[in-house]
Amino acid sequence: MSFINYSSREINCKIVYYGPGLCGKTTNLQYIYNKTNPEAKGKMISLATETERTLFFDFLPLSLGEIRGFKTRFHLYTVPGQVFYDASRKLILKGVDGVVYVGDSQMERMEANIESLENLRQNLEEQGYDLDKLPYVVQYNKRDLPNAIPLPELEEALNPTKVPSYEAVAPKGVGVFDTLKAVAKLVLTELRKGG
Amino acid sequence: MIQQLVMYEEELQKLNAICEVLHRDSNAKAVLVIDKNGQSMVQAGDVDELDVTSLSSLTAGNVAATGGIASLLAEKEFAGQFLEGEKVSYHVSIVGQRVILVVLFDERSSLGLVRLRVRKATNDMVGVLETMVKKSQSGSGQASVFSEITDDDIDNLFND
Repeated sequence: MSFINYSSREINCKIVYYGPGLCGKTTNLQYIYNKTNPEAKGKMISLATETERTLFFDFLPLSLGEIRGFKTRFHLYTVPGQVFYDASRKLILKGVDGVVYVGDSQMERMEANIESLENLRQNLEEQGYDLDKLPYVVQYNKRDLPNAIPLPELEEALNPTKVPSYEAVAPKGVGVFDTLKAVAKLVLTELRKGG
Repeated sequence: MIQQLVMYEEELQKLNAICEVLHRDSNAKAVLVIDKNGQSMVQAGDVDELDVTSLSSLTAGNVAATGGIASLLAEKEFAGQFLEGEKVSYHVSIVGQRVILVVLFDERSSLGLVRLRVRKATNDMVGVLETMVKKSQSGSGQASVFSEITDDDIDNLFND
C-alpha cells in the first residue's frame, strides 16, 4: 500500500524481493546499496543469523528523485527464503506495492524455485492480493554458473504469465538495476491508474 | 489494485498538534507516528539524532511479528509493548488498528505517565485517522496529480 504525503510531497512504496533460500535476494539489495549515492539511500538493515542467513528481513530505503514535484521513496525488503520462516514471509508481504521474484538458475534448485513461487502466490492470496494484478517482475539469478538451466526452460517453469524477466549475476550487479527499475516503473504506473 | 493511504495538510497538522502535546505532557524525548507498513508519518520532539526511517521499519516489523504471535495465541492483538533500556525506554501502542504510536522517554518521565498520556493522545488520534482513511478512499480530488504522470516522467527518474 503506497503512502502519499501531500504535505511533505512524498510518495512511499514498498517492494518485496521473494525467492528460495540462497537465491540472492540479500545480494541484490547489497549491490544496490553499494552502488547508490549516499544522499539517495538510508541505512541498510539486515536482520540475519550469525551465519548471515536472513532471519526476518533486509530493509533498504531508496530515493529515486522527483516526479511532478513529489519525492519518490522506495522501501526495498527481502523475505527470509528458508522454508520454515513462512510466518515471517507473510508479515513482510503486508502492504506490498511491487514484487520481485528471484529465481536460482541452478538445476538442483528448480524444485525450491517452484515451491517458493507457489508459496508467494499463496501468501499473497492470504493477504488479499492477486499476484497477477500486482506490479511483478522475475529475475533469474546466478546465470554465470556452469549448471545454470537454459533461459527458455526457466521461463516456462517460473514465468507462465510472461511478466518482464531479467537475467542476473547479483554479486557482479548484472541485471540488478534493470530488475529494480522495471518493478519501480510498474509500481508508479499502477499508482497512476489508482489516481 | 493498490490501496493508498494519503496524508493531507489538515490531518498532518492535527496529528502534529496531538504529538506535540503528548511529547510535552509525557516529558518524552520523542514521539513518532508510523504507518503499519513501516512508513514514518509524524514526529515530535528530539528526532534530529534518530534514524527515523530505520526505526520506523524495525518498529513496524516488530509490531507485525507481535501481531503474528497474537494470532497464534488466538488474541486479537497485543495493543502495547514496552522495552526498558538503561538510558532510553520505548513504548509502542497501536492506534485505531491502523498506525503505530512510539514514545521514547528517559528518566525524566515514567512508564505510568507515558501510558496515561498515550491513552489521551490515542483517543484524539482515532478521529483524525478515520478522516484520513475516508479521504484516501474517496481520493478527494487531489489524487488526480498522479493520473497526469506520463511515461516520460517515469522514465526520467531512471536517467542516470
